[in-house]
Amino acid sequence: MKTPIQFQLNGEEVAAFAESGANLLDVLRESIGDLSVKGGCWQGTCGTCTVLIDGAPRLPCVTLAETCVGKSIETAAGLRRGPDLHPLQHAFMERFAAQCGYCTPGILMAAKALLDRSPNPTRAEVVDAICGNICRCTGYEPIIQAILDVARGGDRRRA
Amino acid sequence: MLEFRKDIFADERDDNLIEIGQPTQRQDILGHVTGTSPFYDDHRFANLLHLKILRSPHAHARIRSIDDSAAARAPGVKRIIRAADVPVNLNTLLSLIQFGKDDEPSLAADVVRYKGEPILGIVATSERAALEAMALVRVSYDQLPAVFDVEEALKPGAPSVNPTYPKNTFEYYGKYDHQKLRFGDVESAFKQADLVLEDRYQMSPIEHAPTETNGSIAVPDTNGRFIVYTSTQALFFSLDTAAKINAMQSNQLHFIGGTVGGGFGGKVDTMTEPLAILAARLTGAPVRYRFSRHEEMQFGSPRGAERISIKDGVMKDGRIVARQVRAYFDSGAYTRLSSYAVVKCVAHIPGPYTIPNVHADVYCVFTNRTPATAMRGFGVTALDFALESHMDKDAVALGIDPLEFRILNAYRDGDMKAHRREAKNCALIECAQVAAEKANWPLRDEFRRLSSRQGGGPARTGGAADRARAPAIAPAAAPPQPMPQRVAYERPTPAAPARTPPTPPPRSAPPPPTAPTPAGSTHGAPRFSSVFGTRRR
Repeated sequence: MKTPIQFQLNGEEVAAFAESGANLLDVLRESIGDLSVKGGCWQGTCGTCTVLIDGAPRLPCVTLAETCVGKSIETAAGLRRGPDLHPLQHAFMERFAAQCGYCTPGILMAAKALLDRSPNPTRAEVVDAICGNICRCTGYEPIIQAILDVARGGDRRRA
Repeated sequence: MLEFRKDIFADERDDNLIEIGQPTQRQDILGHVTGTSPFYDDHRFANLLHLKILRSPHAHARIRSIDDSAAARAPGVKRIIRAADVPVNLNTLLSLIQFGKDDEPSLAADVVRYKGEPILGIVATSERAALEAMALVRVSYDQLPAVFDVEEALKPGAPSVNPTYPKNTFEYYGKYDHQKLRFGDVESAFKQADLVLEDRYQMSPIEHAPTETNGSIAVPDTNGRFIVYTSTQALFFSLDTAAKINAMQSNQLHFIGGTVGGGFGGKVDTMTEPLAILAARLTGAPVRYRFSRHEEMQFGSPRGAERISIKDGVMKDGRIVARQVRAYFDSGAYTRLSSYAVVKCVAHIPGPYTIPNVHADVYCVFTNRTPATAMRGFGVTALDFALESHMDKDAVALGIDPLEFRILNAYRDGDMKAHRREAKNCALIECAQVAAEKANWPLRDEFRRLSSRQGGGPARTGGAADRARAPAIAPAAAPPQPMPQRVAYERPTPAAPARTPPTPPPRSAPPPPTAPTPAGSTHGAPRFSSVFGTRRR
């Protein structure tokens, strides 16, 4: 049994047929083809697949696709506007805030959720915002610094 | 501020290291921040099939029977893969460099030797269909006694884990059950030492836990070849291993990788590619074999656990005169890379210190635990933890500053290492001095003046360089005790013929000194060169 579902993905209307019980991660990657969303644990523990659902960071691997009908979903694929990178993307590049890059899309989305609602967060708020995202390579400090750079408007140091 | 002390490495590295201290960007960072870097699972294929593996719930058991008839009829199932389907169902990773015997099946045929060992593959139209079919497989086991402790595994009567190595130890050069290091005479030195300190250190296995789990997709090409997208850290290693297990030529496989979602050593074991390729051959369709997080954590090979006993003989003036190490490397049920870890471990003993009497026995032991593998300095990291912990205990027992204690015993140019090679391009003393300065750690003046150069400190060991050294430091406590030190080591003349590999340990004849000054940089040394003793320096 497949269910038709429709929602906004990075500002565009998209539709797919979802297997009953399918999670949003599989629908985004397999049905719609947004490969910027990565799976890491498929059980809601690592934060790698983090996307924004109506502006709030959520884990698609444990989100029923059918519950997303009519909602607005943002992923890392939608961060840039044409050739222009999002300030967070600039800052991550400059701060060497990615090594293998697998956790990066999820952390970018968690950081965007924070900055969208609180443009000048404290360091503690930044740490809290990404505390659900596991990074195994770079350590968290360059990531925290990159997010703070954007908060301070310092992301265009070299851009 | 960074300061480059290129004088120390003048004849070793010819690069300028101008990148250090400068901001730089990864060449692949744009893909990472836009989510477009091509990880193996970001490739899409029509009619992709999925391989899931039935794994042993027991640490050691004989498989009495497997009934997969219901699973084969389950919805979506395209193929069951059994041990008999694997063309070459016994392999060891380092067989590619003729190191060790084939000891590990891709799918267990008769006995399972660790919890999680693969038994059966199910290829289906979805992971879910494969897992639902797996629940229908009936396996009947006779449980066997298991052993989980390295020292228990070496006792007479212990359960034999791995039939290729029935005594539970890896065999070096076909006859040695461990690696030995012998230098000087530790027993006499212990008798002469002012203080003898002994302790034991135990490390746990550590899972790499990359955010991207191990996996690969094998795709039949139109020319009889297979294209394999993989998370491997060791692309050509995995290619050759997969070719061997599938009885194929290497040129029938086209591996695409290089974008690895975290590895740290946990993606060198060729865990998924051989069976993904086999499944693609048997079904004619692209097949993905992807570890779940549970598989990655529970069955993905970890850093091996090590148990290390250290006994040091020290003098009141701070000299270490003897070091004895006995270590056990827990390889788990199969060899993988642990045999090599042990070689590295022995090569690292006694640490970066000039000690005239060194004695080490290191064992690669098989137990009914998850097979261990590479992880960031494996074989060395745990040993260093043990050695440096022990160094601190030595220093405390002697009432000597731990940093000064290290400086006093550090390798200096011209010292004879326990492996009978001359130390050169040494820099530990300088590193310790800079570290002390940056950390505001008080060093006495005489220790600030020492250097790693020949004659850069007081005589200690009777190494070649020490004969030229003038004592520079007044001992803090008791005067230096005269020690029965070796003052000369037999060395072949420069004309001596090169060692003919493989030379079994213990190496009775020291290798010829590496006479020529290294031209060019030393990076690019073969990864496993130390196995054959061809490493430079």
